[in-house]
Amino acid sequence: MIKFLLRRIAMIIPTFIGMTLLTFALIHLVPGDPVELIAGERGITPARHAVLRSELGLDKPLLVQYGNYIWGIFHGNLGKSIVTKQPVFKEFMTLFPATMELSFFAMIFAVTLGLPAGIIAGVKRGTFFDHSVMGLSLAGYSMPIFWWGLLLILFFSVFLGWTPVSGRLSALFWIDADTGFMLIDALKSDEKGTFVSAMRHLILPSIVLGTIPLAVIARMTRSAMLEVLTEDYVRTARAKGLSPLRVIMVHALRNALIPVITVIGLQTGVLLAGAILTETIFAWPGVGKWIVESINRRDYPAVQGGILLISSLVILVNLAVDMLYGVVNPRIRHNK
Amino acid sequence: MSESLSIANHSSAPLHPFKEFWLYFCENKGALIGFCFILFIVFVALMAQYIAPHSPFEQYRDAILNPPAWMDGGTWTFPLGTDDVGRDMLSRLIHGARLSLLVGVIVVTISLAAGILLGIVSGYVGGYFETMIMRLMDIMLALPSLLLAMAIVTILGPSLENAILAIAVVILPHYVRLARASVITEKAKDYVTASRVCGAGALRLMFIVILPNCMAPLIVQATLGFSTAILDAAALGFLGMGAQPPIPEWGAMLANALQFVQRAWWVVTFPGLAIFFTVIAFNLAGDGLRDSLDPKLKR
Repeated sequence: MIKFLLRRIAMIIPTFIGMTLLTFALIHLVPGDPVELIAGERGITPARHAVLRSELGLDKPLLVQYGNYIWGIFHGNLGKSIVTKQPVFKEFMTLFPATMELSFFAMIFAVTLGLPAGIIAGVKRGTFFDHSVMGLSLAGYSMPIFWWGLLLILFFSVFLGWTPVSGRLSALFWIDADTGFMLIDALKSDEKGTFVSAMRHLILPSIVLGTIPLAVIARMTRSAMLEVLTEDYVRTARAKGLSPLRVIMVHALRNALIPVITVIGLQTGVLLAGAILTETIFAWPGVGKWIVESINRRDYPAVQGGILLISSLVILVNLAVDMLYGVVNPRIRHNK
Repeated sequence: MSESLSIANHSSAPLHPFKEFWLYFCENKGALIGFCFILFIVFVALMAQYIAPHSPFEQYRDAILNPPAWMDGGTWTFPLGTDDVGRDMLSRLIHGARLSLLVGVIVVTISLAAGILLGIVSGYVGGYFETMIMRLMDIMLALPSLLLAMAIVTILGPSLENAILAIAVVILPHYVRLARASVITEKAKDYVTASRVCGAGALRLMFIVILPNCMAPLIVQATLGFSTAILDAAALGFLGMGAQPPIPEWGAMLANALQFVQRAWWVVTFPGLAIFFTVIAFNLAGDGLRDSLDPKLKR
């Protein structure tokens, strides 16, 4: 088991180095002079040009620049945003809780609907319910989620007026960003109605972001259930006279869940990519919207830092999933 | 009597592989519907300038945000209404089909060709070359695909061509991994050894002997690649990092629709429907292809 863990951890080192090379190269691969691109069409005085160049560290040899970049990363220093002059790491950390809150609820939505739907579809194979789940799941992962978000806004916010159109909290309330998690901050504040308002703002974005994971989880659960239900131990359990519910929930589901857990874990990358689109539609102040804005503003340090942090996060979550997989599935533990 | 007849029928010559494939494919209703819809989109895309009632760029200043024909105030001049500068929605959608298909074709061609080359060579040669290529692919897979595409667009600058290139790079690892995996299983088989004994060179072995036997999973992945390409290109267009206005790309058409969500639902609804149905069609066809090309799934 320890050998398996060590090997798996050793594998992320080259991946991480590759990632730093990619984000480092970002600013150097931009055709032309990055400083002039940042300055835009209005041009820039030579003196200011030189200052910006040295601020970005572009006046040093390439290797030294990369060395400084890595040195900075290990000290939590990802440079300063050109636009806001704030350290990139700090900006990321203030915005990240919003993205985490949204992703968390999207995942809850996806799992609470996807698991039961997949289980029932697998058990009742070939029925109307099964076909509907499969059809809906196909629709789900073919969905352009930015359009799906617009449609939901059109229907629930504009037509029915049930949910707010955008943002995290109604403008009527003002609470201090303490933890950054709006729901927790809202609970702590004394004003009435803050929590409900925050909750109402969460509903649509979570549904939009959770749609693709929901489709994937439902499909995966169904096929895992189908596979497990033909196994001998399920037949044995049935032959022993156990109730159908117990056979499905205890004997079959436990084994079917192993691949499903992996898939749920791997959806983290999907969620973070989806957050870029979802946050843009709902004006949700998280890291996804921030990256899009940074790209449009040519704020290269922010783009570099954002991409590096998000991808590192995905790598770490995938690592955690693999380890969890080793814990859940004894076969892996013993083989390697 | 009837029994002997049926036996006689069964012992007849096996079906031509293509006929057999078509038979399985047609059994899958969803795949057939998807395939028909793809044909329809291809037809629309090819005939765009003859079918479209207006030019996709022409602005009718006196018909701004006209509703669709069946609603109050709509006219059949603009069957699906007009957008915020008075361009005909239907014509823009029709010309958009051309762009989306083009994106799919170019992306899949680039990534399939590069993926086959890298995958087959690394699977066949092995050693350091293989390790290096596969590590690189792992790094690319570790990044969320949209994020990687956005990073590439940041480098190259926002345009439809660069978005195409970015998406081709992003989906490349899937083809490389598939090609490599099939080459590794095929390489050890007797027919490959036989042709090697006959004196076939490495290039011949890789691309003439082994490659045709690895094509089935690659064809399936290529079909599904169309839907990924169309979706990602639309997403980049929506974020302003793909096709730039006034190009009638479906995703870019949605980009500024957000401001009209309260007043003009048709500006929001139709481009999305077009993306949605095209992507579903390619996914259905891809699933059908997988079922009919995979010998293990055949009954």
